[in-house]
Amino acid sequence: MIKHESIETNAGLLIVLTMIVISIGGLVEIVPLFFINDTVEKVDGVRPYTPLELRGRDIYQREGCYLCHSQMIRPFRDEWLRYGHYSLAAESQYDHPFQWGSKRTGPDLARVGGKYSNAWHVAHLNNPRDVVPQSIMPNYPWLMTTDLDYSDVQDRMRALKKTGVPYSETQAEYDRNVAKFGADVADKLDILHAEENLMKQALNNDYDGQRSRITEMDALVAYLQVLGTMVDFSRYDEGYFAEFR
Amino acid sequence: MGDTKAKSPGAVQTTGHAWDGDIQEFNNPLPNWWLWAFYATVVFALVYWVLYPAWPVGGTFTKGVMNDITFVDSDGKKVTTHWNTRALLLKDLQDGKEARLSREYMNKVAAAGYSEILGDAEMMAFTRSVAKGLFGDNCAPCHGSGGQGVIGLFPNLADDSWLWGGRIEDIQNTIGQGHLGFMPAFRDTFNDKQLDDLAFYVLSLSGNKVDEAASARGKILFQTDAGGCYYCHTKAGTGLKSQGAANLTDQIWTIADVNGATDLETKKERVEKVISSGVQRQMPHWSDRLSAAQIKLLTVYVHELGGGQ
Repeated sequence: MIKHESIETNAGLLIVLTMIVISIGGLVEIVPLFFINDTVEKVDGVRPYTPLELRGRDIYQREGCYLCHSQMIRPFRDEWLRYGHYSLAAESQYDHPFQWGSKRTGPDLARVGGKYSNAWHVAHLNNPRDVVPQSIMPNYPWLMTTDLDYSDVQDRMRALKKTGVPYSETQAEYDRNVAKFGADVADKLDILHAEENLMKQALNNDYDGQRSRITEMDALVAYLQVLGTMVDFSRYDEGYFAEFR
Repeated sequence: MGDTKAKSPGAVQTTGHAWDGDIQEFNNPLPNWWLWAFYATVVFALVYWVLYPAWPVGGTFTKGVMNDITFVDSDGKKVTTHWNTRALLLKDLQDGKEARLSREYMNKVAAAGYSEILGDAEMMAFTRSVAKGLFGDNCAPCHGSGGQGVIGLFPNLADDSWLWGGRIEDIQNTIGQGHLGFMPAFRDTFNDKQLDDLAFYVLSLSGNKVDEAASARGKILFQTDAGGCYYCHTKAGTGLKSQGAANLTDQIWTIADVNGATDLETKKERVEKVISSGVQRQMPHWSDRLSAAQIKLLTVYVHELGGGQ
């Protein structure tokens, strides 16, 4: 039996034992969720990000958007009325790391996709006060003038694949994605054609209004426009989601 | 600290260690109030475990007792489930005091025609308060909290000028279906001199004093198939509402900031820029995001903001 005195007089041992005691608190809250069948809702439509959206998400993290914006609508009436349907666990199943955030200096962005036009996002990111006079959000003018670096997008997808995101490299993985998401989506999750797909999406949609180039603005707006749009809530009875708690 | 001095080290048990030879630490028992508060939290936890979902058991968890929540599903069937925040929200949205009151009014407004709402002070008060929130959340990001818009980007809703029509049914249609505002780019159609002429003519329509010869040349481009401007802006320059074409004869400018310029040269440049690069604007459709009743409230609100027709 270790004596009280020997722990208190041995800083290394004290640190290790303190960490063990504190981590028990976290583990008992988190670990059971891995084993409870109803943690993640069974819904259709949630898919991994396309290469362009993925790079947009990287920029979202680089610029620290998560410091002021959450992506987690809680099941409260006020949030329901302001932001829309509460977030589902299923909606962040391919997010590594998730972008739930913990501080709302700005509004929640979990369902911002499709709410504003691309032109609005471009104007707003360049200088938020052009469209929202009382905004305190910083300007991000360089997004519009910096070409998107997508030379390593395949590696980024491979890294996420290691964490369990179903991007495909082999024919078998591609076929599995076709079965799961349909051929259209499966094509966009193909690592080997990532650059080509990224260029195609950026040029077809022209998010930033500059058709001649692919900028960081293209990627970030593509990402913002897909947030919260993957699940078609009109297909589900609201009571269905309550079964998963 | 006088207190501790009074006690001799032997009177109270110490933790047993000594620092710097003589500094010792008392090992006093915990105060009773603290101890009882601690026991109370333990009892609270035990009761909580029984009443609320708490313990994981294999692939599921204990659901708690005496905590049922009943809500109505989309088929109108009553569903009872154990306590959880999602069912609680659903019940609150269906059955809460605010929900019931607001639904009562929403149903009243949904059933009423526009003229009825506009003529009823109580329904208008409800409309103004609810639609203000809806407008702030959904419309204000572009059109501004007062509906003033942004010149060059988003139309002003608080003035008398309506690109797509200012009657109730036009506004309802605009909100529900959205619009694609489009004017082609004419930079390849006209040379610089023709652009000058056309810009002068367009400025003359709203009463600006311009070079008459240039304006007359511009008029020909505008009124004939050379430019074809009249297809959408009409021969009179008042604009076809069905195309969202601007009325060029009033002093209201939504894209080129003519009113913000003091000299004719700048005004001309700003008009020319619009003619040469065209316009591409999109108002999203809201029929998927807002209910028919919500769109109705917003329609009345927007109609009231400016000179609804």
